Amino acid sequence: MSTYSPKTTGSPGPTEETLDIRDLGFWLYLMTDAIIFSLLFATYVVMFQNTATGPLPIDVFDIKHVFAETMFLLFSSVTFGFASLASVREHKSQAVFWLIVTIVLGLGFISLEVIEFIGMIESGAGPQTSGFLTAFFTLVGTHGAHVSLGMIGIMVMIFQILIKGLTSPVKSRLHRLGMFWHFLDIVWIGIFSIVYMPGWLI
Amino acid sequence: MHPQSHSAKRLITGFILALALTLIPFAIVWTMAFPVELTFGIIALCALVQVGVHLHYFLGIDSRTPIENVLAICFAGVLIFLMVGGTLWIMFDLYERMM
Repeated sequence: MSTYSPKTTGSPGPTEETLDIRDLGFWLYLMTDAIIFSLLFATYVVMFQNTATGPLPIDVFDIKHVFAETMFLLFSSVTFGFASLASVREHKSQAVFWLIVTIVLGLGFISLEVIEFIGMIESGAGPQTSGFLTAFFTLVGTHGAHVSLGMIGIMVMIFQILIKGLTSPVKSRLHRLGMFWHFLDIVWIGIFSIVYMPGWLI
Repeated sequence: MHPQSHSAKRLITGFILALALTLIPFAIVWTMAFPVELTFGIIALCALVQVGVHLHYFLGIDSRTPIENVLAICFAGVLIFLMVGGTLWIMFDLYERMM
């Protein structure tokens, strides 16, 4: 009779090498996403003078509002960094704490963006008004949709850490979600530098 | 995943640099302290440096990054250059000719 040991049955967890390959795969996805955003930026630059009879960028962009959004996103990037740091150091409760802080900051960002969009649409500056506004809502809206998906990802990771603990697949997923979150902050640098600031200057 | 890319010191350094590089363009746009051309130059410079700061301090890109990842960045960079550069070239040329 062979002895039965539950620990050796079933498939073994992914190896470090598998997890590294998943990191590379996710990195390739981020690069394709960077290409999508670059082309939306190019579209915006081509369209931004096509205001038709609608408002000009300076009429619809509010510098204080955008500054607040920028700060929410920058702080959330750092708090996600602290969550990654805590997961590497095996501090489960700290990782969950920093992820909750990140999600609160992310919610702050998204709420401001939704308030901005609703305000613009109600004042007659909706996406159908001019080429400029179509390009604006497409670019900034795509970024906002990414941030919203990222927050769903953070919620999933909070539950995975609480239920499964900081196992190596969970840490690996958290690492990839962190790459996604930091990447979105980089896209936001482009949005405030290419969309909002030239809008105030021209 | 390098242990060096996960240190609090690195994160905070990155945060301070990113904060400064965000505050500078917002401050000069807010105060309109410089002529428009110079303001654009400063915004562009701060944005490029801040992208580098985020890549290095937050995404952990450094000399130990696997070559595949670096190649992927370079390839994406070439594609972005061709597609964005080509789009802007064609569309602004068209715009000039239609005037």
